[in-house]
Amino acid sequence: MTVNRSESIPVRSQEDVVAVRQRVRAVAAEEGFRLVDQTKLVTAASELARNTYIYGGGGAGLIEIIENGGRKGLRVTFEDSGPGIADIALAMKDGYTTGGGLGLGLSGAKRLSNEFEIASTPGEGTRVTILRWR
Amino acid sequence: MGEFLLVTVQVDMHDRLAMALQDDLTERIVANHARGVLIDISALDVVDSFIGRMLGNIASMSRVLDAETVVVGMRPAVAITLVELGLALPGIRTALSVERGMQMLRSGISGHQRSVFETGPDDRQS
Repeated sequence: MTVNRSESIPVRSQEDVVAVRQRVRAVAAEEGFRLVDQTKLVTAASELARNTYIYGGGGAGLIEIIENGGRKGLRVTFEDSGPGIADIALAMKDGYTTGGGLGLGLSGAKRLSNEFEIASTPGEGTRVTILRWR
Repeated sequence: MGEFLLVTVQVDMHDRLAMALQDDLTERIVANHARGVLIDISALDVVDSFIGRMLGNIASMSRVLDAETVVVGMRPAVAITLVELGLALPGIRTALSVERGMQMLRSGISGHQRSVFETGPDDRQS
């Protein structure tokens, strides 16, 4: 697997969450993703970026274009050094929230992606990766 | 527009802005004695759970204030994505265009027929 393109973007404010949406949209469009796939990627990234900002206390996003066996994919990774998630299975459940949102962020982002990974250590931070193949 | 408020969302809103729109709109419903709210989201290329929740809140608050909300112009890719995200927007009336949305409001959607009938004769007398 090779990484053909990569850009990092800060996630430290509500405006940054909007910037994440716009950069993911721009990269997905430039790389030839279909409109529906662009929209799914942007929406999933928006949910995760908001989590990074609100629950993680801010962090960064990494937008990458990868290639694997002739397949092209867009991968977005969000990382924060916040309080972490004690019970990932619980956090992944539809409707579960410690914030006041709808509790669809993580579970929804997973449904909108082809591949989803989450790693979190309480007290150290959280990293979430989504990937959609073109 | 008379008794209806028309809101056209033209920018990608950050969360605080979306909350401000929700609050402003609720105040305007009362200030203008509005009977309906039309929210045109045809310019939005993404609706995530936060914006979806805001649309739901506006619909609920307007209903409590005796006004109906119709969301119009949702793009197909946005609709597909919202459903997969897990947000089916329950309680929100939608129409494909502003014209259709206005028709829905004018014909008194969901139980407003009586209100329209009650205000009808008064309008003719004045």
